Amino acid sequence: MFGSNLLRRIDWLTILLFLLLVAIGWVNIYSTTLSDEGSSIFDFSQLYGKQLFFIGVSLVTVVIILAIEAALYERFASLLYIISILLLLGLFVFGKTIAGATSWYDLGFFNLQPSELAKFTAALALAKYLSDIQTDIKKRKHQLYAFLIILVPMALIIPQPDPGSALVFAALIFVLFREGLPLYYLWIALLIVVIFITTLMFGTEWMAIGLALLITLFLLVKKASFKVPTFPLILLFIISIGFSLSVNLVFNHVFEQRHRDRFSLWLRLEKDPAKLEKIRKTIGYNTYQSEKAIEAGGFRGKGYLEGTRTKGDFVPEQHTDYIFSTVGEEWGFLGTTTVVLLFTLLLLRLVHLAERQKNDFSRMYGYGVISILLIHYFINVGMVIGILPTIGIPLPFFSYGGSGLLGFTILLFIFIKLDANRLNEWL
Amino acid sequence: MKKILLSSIIVLIGITFIVRLSYLQIFTSPSNQVLEDTAIKAIYDYPERGYIYDRQGKLLVANQPAYDVMVIPREVKPLDTLEFCSLLGVDKPRFIDRLQKARVYSPRLPSVLVPQLSKEDYARLQEKMRKYEGFYIQKRSLRYYDTPSAANVLGYISEVNEQDLKKNPYYVQGELTGRTGIEKQYEEILRGRKGVKYIQKDRFNRDIGPYKNGMLDTLPEQGKEIHISLDKDLQEYGERLMVGKRGGIVAIEPGTGEILTLISGPTYNPALLVGRERSKNYSKLHYDTISKPTWDRAILAEPSPGSPFKTLNALVALQEGVIKPETTIRCYNGFYVGNVKRGCHCGGGIRNMNSGIYESCNAYFAGTFRKIYDKYATTDEGMDVWEKHIKSFGLGNYLGYDLPTGRPGRIPSKSYYDGVYGDNRWSSSFIISNAIGQGEVAATPIQLANMTAAIANRGYFYTPHLIKKIAGEPVEISNFTERKYTTIDPQHFEPIVTGMANVYKKGTAKWLRIPGIDIAGKTGTVENFILLDGVKTQLTDHSVFVAFAPVNNPKIALAVYIENGYYGARYAGHIASLLIEKYLNGEITRKDLEKRMLEKTLEHEYAKPYSGEEFKINEYVW
Repeated sequence: MFGSNLLRRIDWLTILLFLLLVAIGWVNIYSTTLSDEGSSIFDFSQLYGKQLFFIGVSLVTVVIILAIEAALYERFASLLYIISILLLLGLFVFGKTIAGATSWYDLGFFNLQPSELAKFTAALALAKYLSDIQTDIKKRKHQLYAFLIILVPMALIIPQPDPGSALVFAALIFVLFREGLPLYYLWIALLIVVIFITTLMFGTEWMAIGLALLITLFLLVKKASFKVPTFPLILLFIISIGFSLSVNLVFNHVFEQRHRDRFSLWLRLEKDPAKLEKIRKTIGYNTYQSEKAIEAGGFRGKGYLEGTRTKGDFVPEQHTDYIFSTVGEEWGFLGTTTVVLLFTLLLLRLVHLAERQKNDFSRMYGYGVISILLIHYFINVGMVIGILPTIGIPLPFFSYGGSGLLGFTILLFIFIKLDANRLNEWL
Repeated sequence: MKKILLSSIIVLIGITFIVRLSYLQIFTSPSNQVLEDTAIKAIYDYPERGYIYDRQGKLLVANQPAYDVMVIPREVKPLDTLEFCSLLGVDKPRFIDRLQKARVYSPRLPSVLVPQLSKEDYARLQEKMRKYEGFYIQKRSLRYYDTPSAANVLGYISEVNEQDLKKNPYYVQGELTGRTGIEKQYEEILRGRKGVKYIQKDRFNRDIGPYKNGMLDTLPEQGKEIHISLDKDLQEYGERLMVGKRGGIVAIEPGTGEILTLISGPTYNPALLVGRERSKNYSKLHYDTISKPTWDRAILAEPSPGSPFKTLNALVALQEGVIKPETTIRCYNGFYVGNVKRGCHCGGGIRNMNSGIYESCNAYFAGTFRKIYDKYATTDEGMDVWEKHIKSFGLGNYLGYDLPTGRPGRIPSKSYYDGVYGDNRWSSSFIISNAIGQGEVAATPIQLANMTAAIANRGYFYTPHLIKKIAGEPVEISNFTERKYTTIDPQHFEPIVTGMANVYKKGTAKWLRIPGIDIAGKTGTVENFILLDGVKTQLTDHSVFVAFAPVNNPKIALAVYIENGYYGARYAGHIASLLIEKYLNGEITRKDLEKRMLEKTLEHEYAKPYSGEEFKINEYVW
């Protein structure tokens, strides 16, 4: 089953990038979780030892995934999706609560997090549905079904509560865009975000003035041949102002203070430096500490195992969600840019692989993989370096955690298997 | 569009991240210094501060232990508060209040609960301490003074303030530094160097082991003991004589420039600025703006020197060759400046240099002073020459002794008078008061003592200083071991010294002779004024006296300045005479004179301007 064909067709560059990220991740987990009485790196009572074990398990899983017939993934996509939905539902009855979130099954030796599995099953199911010859993404009804595939797991994960993981599924919308979902969905989403932010930062008046200027500018530079849809523009303007006013209402009366504080911190809305500092040290404590740790690294970093803030456990959850700050402190700018470049390379390589698929299912699944990896990487690093609000999701291949690593590995290697099989499709 | 959408987003995110990271890691200056790293705590090991001894090796300043009761609020277990409070000697509400404050400061870090227990309280508490979890006793070192005297010379130590921290990176908050006097001047020698241990902390500020395995740690360097040139017995004796008087006394060993005593009255016991009552005492001393006990009159007061200054004018005249010792001048119980007569108390008659000095004749010195200026074509030239000679005695500028404060006094120059009267609009008549040490000249007591030492040495002096030995080794500082020559040739000093010796033999201080000791001295009676409710009011004269002894082998030269002590031979002369006898003979034979000086005070004199009533000055009281 492991014919020379497979070994030759496998995309070794992707595997190399995967191995590099896993290795660098573990090296940093080791530094973060190393204690004074640290013994062998295989000491499974220590977190770094456990992670090493998970890496081993993941590599075995890789072999199994590559060994499975590629066609089976497409055939069982719906079944796997349904199983994972059932597992998510089962959490409401049998779930184990860790740190306030009922997201795990206790399997004795291992805590299974079904939301990690749901990520790749949702990607498979979405690809399967969209690649169906019957499906036309231009049709509202089919768009609705596609959205449902994404929304069902989200709806089940939010009440765990784990809004971070739920948010990940939203990224699958990129698959729909690739397959022909009109881009105005994207522009509307972008407009909503921009209006939301500008309203909070500058107020409705300035937002309206800015939008009016943009529309005027658009009218001025429009092509002579282009017929201006004046009415929709005015409607858009009015709706935007209405939305902006509702943002203020929601922000001030629906949001709780802790939510407001998060936005105050993220958008630097609080102008009183003393209050801002207080928010930084309470709500923004993790981000504050991780920023300080990264700053302390400077250009070259403090050197491996020399990070004083890492050793002093200054950054909470540093081995999981904040692992990137260890890179920042000990390896400096050189280290952080290397990791950012590795992720960029990996994602671009995957886009390239997806685009060369002749099989629609493989391409769509590839896009699903990219979307899920990208949103994890974007939100996690963005949070750790302080440009996004705190949303607790792990950095793929990097963060400590068995379910996470296993989930990302399965997600990625199913695609590598599909890619390696692309010339056999007609068989 | 749809094919490159995702790729563009990936690249855009990468660029955003790298821009943000370069801002964080390249353009934000990282606090890489060990001390600024919040994850590193420096634990200091303080060496004992050096002791201070007097010139004979008698102890002046040592250290004593003090015991602070510390608390770590988190570790406190329920306890018998009443019993503990009675052991500590505090009442219960205060105890609870302090415990609460400590908890607010930090539940995990130690705070001072009760500072500086007495030795008795410590002894009682120590054996029961183990019963109270979360509390412990921490030993600290405080200064201990083995003398009630010399507070102004020794100075005191106190916690560093913001300015100290900015000026010197050695210090960290809460450390002690010399604030005045010797403690400040020789701070680095006395202090030694603290050792440091760097400890890696976690985010709860708990220790989790040495930083870099102690690679950066250092051992403390002991503070060194120093010997200063003060004579403990003489200093203590002088301060007893100064009780109830305001002024300054400085005694110097002419052969070395070593300061034997440096007394300011009123003064205070240095032990007042140590321990629990410290800040209360400090406020009391600091806010006494009338008698100013913390203001060191010996080095900061700048009165007119009065008649002792005449000796310098005589020396200048001899050096310039405008008079000879035999030259005579007639005193008309005064002298004339134009048509205005200025008085003289010498009795009148023909005066030469010898009787001019010992009878302190104003007329003789006014004439002498004029002759100096008449030698030169212009007053400006004469002024330059006079200023040069006078300043060579260490007057009119900072002397350069080893104390952190000082005043320059004043020797007026031609530009000074040009400013007052206008260029070329003044002559020697305008400044004739300088002839007798009144007018514009001003000198601190230590400058007067130094001037006297220069006369005692017949033409040179050593910069006065206090340091004698560091860590048992004699100190060789060139500024203190080089002779500073005056511009007067040695042969001109003999007539002056003879005149000054006659002050005791038959002149203004003939009642103050000491059996068996030849003294040369000069009295001074200094008119002085204050502004009282905006009105210039004359007060009782300051009493000034300079002297050195023995005449032919001087061991001590001193200046005594007593505010409102009336004429020179009175308070200042008496005190000078007693100090010389004490220093040279070790004991006082003239017990009645001593008794009178110890008991008499001038408080009634100092109260006059504040009484709000009319008052008489220069009353003869005894």
